[in-house]
Amino acid sequence: MSKSAAKPVRGASGHRITRADRFKRWLGRHRFEASEALRRLMKTPIAALMTVSMLAVALAVPGFLFTLVLNLEQLSPAADLKPQLAVYLKPGADERRVDIISRELLLRDDLVSVELISSDTGAEDFRQRSELGDLLDLFETNPLPAVILIVPREQSTQALQAMQQSLFAYDEVDSVELDIEWLVRLGAILNSFERISLILSLLLAVTVLLVVANTVRALISSRLEEIEVSLLIGATSGWVRRPFLYAGLWYGLCGALFALVLIYLALVLVESPLRDLTSLYLGNFELRGLGIQGVVTLLVLGSLLGWGGANLAVSRLLTQFDAR
Amino acid sequence: MAAIRFSAVSKRYANGYDALRGVDFELESGEMVFLTGHSGAGKSTLLKLLTLVERPSRGEVWVGDQSLAELDKRQIPHYRRSLGVVYQNHRLLADRSVFQNIALPLQIAGYSDEDIGRRVRAALDRVGLLEAESASPMALSGGEQQRIGIARAIVHKPRLLIADEPTGNLDPRLSLDIMQLFEQFNRAGTTVLIATHDVALIKRMKHRVLILDKGRMRHV
Repeated sequence: MSKSAAKPVRGASGHRITRADRFKRWLGRHRFEASEALRRLMKTPIAALMTVSMLAVALAVPGFLFTLVLNLEQLSPAADLKPQLAVYLKPGADERRVDIISRELLLRDDLVSVELISSDTGAEDFRQRSELGDLLDLFETNPLPAVILIVPREQSTQALQAMQQSLFAYDEVDSVELDIEWLVRLGAILNSFERISLILSLLLAVTVLLVVANTVRALISSRLEEIEVSLLIGATSGWVRRPFLYAGLWYGLCGALFALVLIYLALVLVESPLRDLTSLYLGNFELRGLGIQGVVTLLVLGSLLGWGGANLAVSRLLTQFDAR
Repeated sequence: MAAIRFSAVSKRYANGYDALRGVDFELESGEMVFLTGHSGAGKSTLLKLLTLVERPSRGEVWVGDQSLAELDKRQIPHYRRSLGVVYQNHRLLADRSVFQNIALPLQIAGYSDEDIGRRVRAALDRVGLLEAESASPMALSGGEQQRIGIARAIVHKPRLLIADEPTGNLDPRLSLDIMQLFEQFNRAGTTVLIATHDVALIKRMKHRVLILDKGRMRHV
């Protein structure tokens, strides 16, 4: 009950309320405004759905790209992976010579490890691992060369290249391949892909902001009279902002929810080709979704962008009403 | 104490138009005063300075013991809650009921729902439209709409009631009704300032009249 009833206090400012009361009323007001904003949104379902779909697409694209990056990162070279040189010996090289070469290499102290895969071991390996193993039967002699895998101590690109050159001193050496090269290349591709995703995400975030701002601007123009009257009878700018900020928030949140569905569908579509691709490089590849963290991030970002877009629109309006 | 005091107030708009030129006047607390003059004489500008829709170019406006020049942007809403304003076109919101319209100033000021219900019905009772509570304002006659506009202006018991051409759209009989309503509130202690160009009506009511002529004040 108001205490102002006891004596005639004039004006709304004379109305006394406690701080707890004020907070409870403030909270109630926000709850009301939030549900009211949602109710207004539902009143024009087609228009709302169109805006939400636009937002969903704008939010789904970066979300999907980041999920993709996250998945492909499973392929990127581990930090502690040592570059390995594969020394391919000429096919049909004398086995004893090959053995001597590998022993000589073992004695060098600029190498961390040396592993010889003789052509027989290689063939055995190939039979076990590849479906094409039977192809070997078509050859009269083993066509696979012997390979010596070495890990140099010095790992700078220059040292690796020098090492590569020095190995050609042996006549039996056919070619020397840097095993890590494809991983480095993949890492570079992933990095560019990540960068492109980031730029695209920023652009699409701006899109979300502008779409919501534009939608809220239309919302505002349909309620101009109410805004003006409210301001004239003492509404704060916060009071005027609130319904539109909530509308923006709902738009952003609904857009993000729709985006989650789109991302999920897209992931289902790419799962099988992605699995094929990665099985070439990795034994066990698990397609990951956005994860709890990703889902929460998308929902929060969507809501914030919606809120921000609405704020943009309503701030522009309020400057027009400032006393001159 | 003066309820309103204008001290050498001038207002020049950005386009160079001088709406008010050195206006001086005072309104005593509890007084009811008419403000009149031809259209373009500065009546609307004077009311806009009082409601802080505009700021004066020169001079100072006091309402009670408050100099309006001292109020910054963030204090304006609070100040406006101490006023009651009635408009010519009543400015009721068509998308909500009579009750919701009158409740708006109380909701803005943060009254409880229970309080709001009580005060809105009291205001409706005072303008004689208690039964119109759940109607749409658009379903009411012009005179009734203006009464609802007045109910919204007095629902929070403002110390100062300002009306801008409140009878502009009404026939003489309804106009007199509305003016008598203002007199009622005035008798209950509210200071009332009514801008109108209805000279015939002013003459029938025995109150002080302020006349604006091309932005200057002529006292009567």
